[in-house]
Amino acid sequence: MQNKSNPQDLDKKKRKIKAVAKMKEIMTHYYIEAKTAEQSGKKVAWITSGGPVEPLIAMDVIPVYPENHGAMIGAAKMGVDLCLKSEEMGYTTDLCSYARADIACAPINGGPIGGLPKPDMLVCCNNICGTVLKWYEVQARHFQVPLFILDTPFCHTEFTDEAKKYVKRQIGEYIFFLEKVCEKPFDYDRMTAVGKLSIQGQQLWQAVLDTAMHKPAPMSAFDAFFNLALIVTLRGTQTVVDYYTGLLQEMQARIKAGIRAVPEEKYRLLWDNLPVWYRTRWFSEKLASHHACLVADTYTSAWCTSMRYIKEDDFLETMAEGYSRIYLNLGVDEMATSIIEMVDKYDVDGMVMHSNRSCKPYSLGQYDIAKILQRKRGLPTLIIEADMVDERSFAEKQIENRIDAFMEVIQKDRSSEVGIHAF
Amino acid sequence: MDMLKRFGDIAQNPHDYAATWKRQYGRQVFGHFCSYTPEELINAAGVLPFRIFGSGAPISLADAHLQAYSCSLVRSSLNDALAGKLDFLDGTVFPHTCDSIQRLSDVWRLNVKFDVHLDVLLPVKLNTESAREYMADVLLKFKKDLERSIQSKITPDELMRSAETYNRIRTSLKSIYEMRRHDSGLLSGQDLLNILKAAMVMDREELVQSLDTLVKSLGQTISKKKDENRKRIILAGGICNIPEIYSVIEDAGGSIVWDDLCTGSRYFDGTIDLYGDIIGSIAERYIDRIHCPAKHAGLYRRGGHLVRLTKEMQANGIIFILLKFCDPHAFDYPYLKEQLDKENIPSMLFEIEEQIPSARHFKTRCEAFLEML
Repeated sequence: MQNKSNPQDLDKKKRKIKAVAKMKEIMTHYYIEAKTAEQSGKKVAWITSGGPVEPLIAMDVIPVYPENHGAMIGAAKMGVDLCLKSEEMGYTTDLCSYARADIACAPINGGPIGGLPKPDMLVCCNNICGTVLKWYEVQARHFQVPLFILDTPFCHTEFTDEAKKYVKRQIGEYIFFLEKVCEKPFDYDRMTAVGKLSIQGQQLWQAVLDTAMHKPAPMSAFDAFFNLALIVTLRGTQTVVDYYTGLLQEMQARIKAGIRAVPEEKYRLLWDNLPVWYRTRWFSEKLASHHACLVADTYTSAWCTSMRYIKEDDFLETMAEGYSRIYLNLGVDEMATSIIEMVDKYDVDGMVMHSNRSCKPYSLGQYDIAKILQRKRGLPTLIIEADMVDERSFAEKQIENRIDAFMEVIQKDRSSEVGIHAF
Repeated sequence: MDMLKRFGDIAQNPHDYAATWKRQYGRQVFGHFCSYTPEELINAAGVLPFRIFGSGAPISLADAHLQAYSCSLVRSSLNDALAGKLDFLDGTVFPHTCDSIQRLSDVWRLNVKFDVHLDVLLPVKLNTESAREYMADVLLKFKKDLERSIQSKITPDELMRSAETYNRIRTSLKSIYEMRRHDSGLLSGQDLLNILKAAMVMDREELVQSLDTLVKSLGQTISKKKDENRKRIILAGGICNIPEIYSVIEDAGGSIVWDDLCTGSRYFDGTIDLYGDIIGSIAERYIDRIHCPAKHAGLYRRGGHLVRLTKEMQANGIIFILLKFCDPHAFDYPYLKEQLDKENIPSMLFEIEEQIPSARHFKTRCEAFLEML
């Protein structure tokens, strides 16, 4: 990389997404506000990434995301140290590395931002995994703050009437919980407005992701991993709507100007599971060297999958179903169906699955999904075993070889024009 | 005792037992994985509830479906099913427990073609009114699903009889534990494990009779080997179906006076109130019994339970037997250990797969631990 010529630099600069600077600013401001919440008299709630944040926004509570914290730790390559620390605390290496790293941070204010802002309450929704339940129990004992659990029964083949009634009833309990902790009545009017902004934010985020349908794609999944932070953390605010409006315009402008994520996009791939946070650049460059672009992924689009169940003008009533039927709370075959929709929509040549030791609900079942994709679309799949934060589970040379071999298969498929999208 | 031999035979060859039972009675057998499976309803439907443990045979077929970082129970069971070892089953029941069992249900449904596949979407949270109500709703739905599967109604009488049967089973198992806690020489740990394992697969009517007889006979026995000097140990963890664990601890001078295991006291904890709505009563027991760490019933209940148990049983120490890759138990361990440390209760952790990887290592650890007590 030493003898970079100027045109390449210029090209790289051109391809850099401009909105990102704005997002960094928003996130910095957000964390400062959360860290100084005590002074402003605002409450802080820790909440799971799949949890209903909108009622918190409506109550003026600052939501903080330990999972986002986990991602930051991974990206800052601080995962191994913190995971080791958690092992000293008695947690086995086989547990989720987000949880391990975050649990290790709490008593020492460690990590890239010196620990998360102290919570006044914890809100845990188990629609993404059972791990969050255990993780939040640990933190509730550590911080000695109230814990609310939104229990969303798993939808193997259906969202049952019984489950619907149960989750709906819990939404009422959630509001009661917030009123008690915040010592003020719930603001239903504000909730209506927040609900609308949430839907609007999700629609815009989906529209941003959809721009990658264009060939060549103006953005890649690596850009999506980064730009995802806002739809997760500040969903339901005007800030999110404004940011994604700007990002969408920028993507549309890039399409017009012919600016692409990967200089010579020849192959289009789909990514499954969470990113390998400490190696996103490595993956991005590795794939780009094969002229391959990750045009979409199942992870960043997961924040939009339940939109179809939520009614904008009746957010509170319908969010029970919306939050229960998110991607990770579905059976393997339904996940495969939604992946096939993405395969068709983004017109991809192959799929890269991250078999993530940290995330069993996301990873167990991948082998069967790969078989379904092969059967229904003749789509080749590469399964890479790694971990999202703990670098000790990353075997670089082996993964590199496997990517090279996989890309050869894709190239062959392309040159023979047989096998792909034949069914 | 003949009775113990019978339990031992069934525990060692549960598949043969179930296949023979099925031929003999011409009725169906449903497999399941968890002490939260509402067995009362399955039994009321005239179906034999069969608790699946992996055979421990080398994993080959399951590797095409599940990653090596899923627990051995999940991998080994799937392997057995794909290898045709569970072909005597007519169906499988998956109560919601942990992330791995949840995904196993999907993979099983797609690859193991038994006639019946039922998910029982139990609540994860147990300590709220709405969870209580939902538990009863889920059981009612499960009843309907079962009725559809067997194409016959389950009558209130059948339900009531089954609940009574389970009360008797659980009471007898508890009595055996109670007797052993005062006189551990009455039954070896291996015999105890055999009884538990057999209890989870046997014809429940036969089981009730056998347990009754056993309890009576144990009640009249005073062990010759009564040994007050043995170190009193409580086993804690998830499943523990490895006989060697019991014998190693006993050979090292310990006696297992109680446990907090899914294959032990958590299976028989609590009784069903037989007055009032029977489904509701069955649900109440599942809500109230000492819970598994995959469920939530308050932040301190499991720690408190373990400390109380140690005191009540006058135990000298706790041995945690945790299945590798079992997340819920691994998450609870540091907190439980901290609670025990606070009370100066010594404990030891041993991680297992379904087959004990190194009995010698376990033996050395056990001996050192027991010596320290």
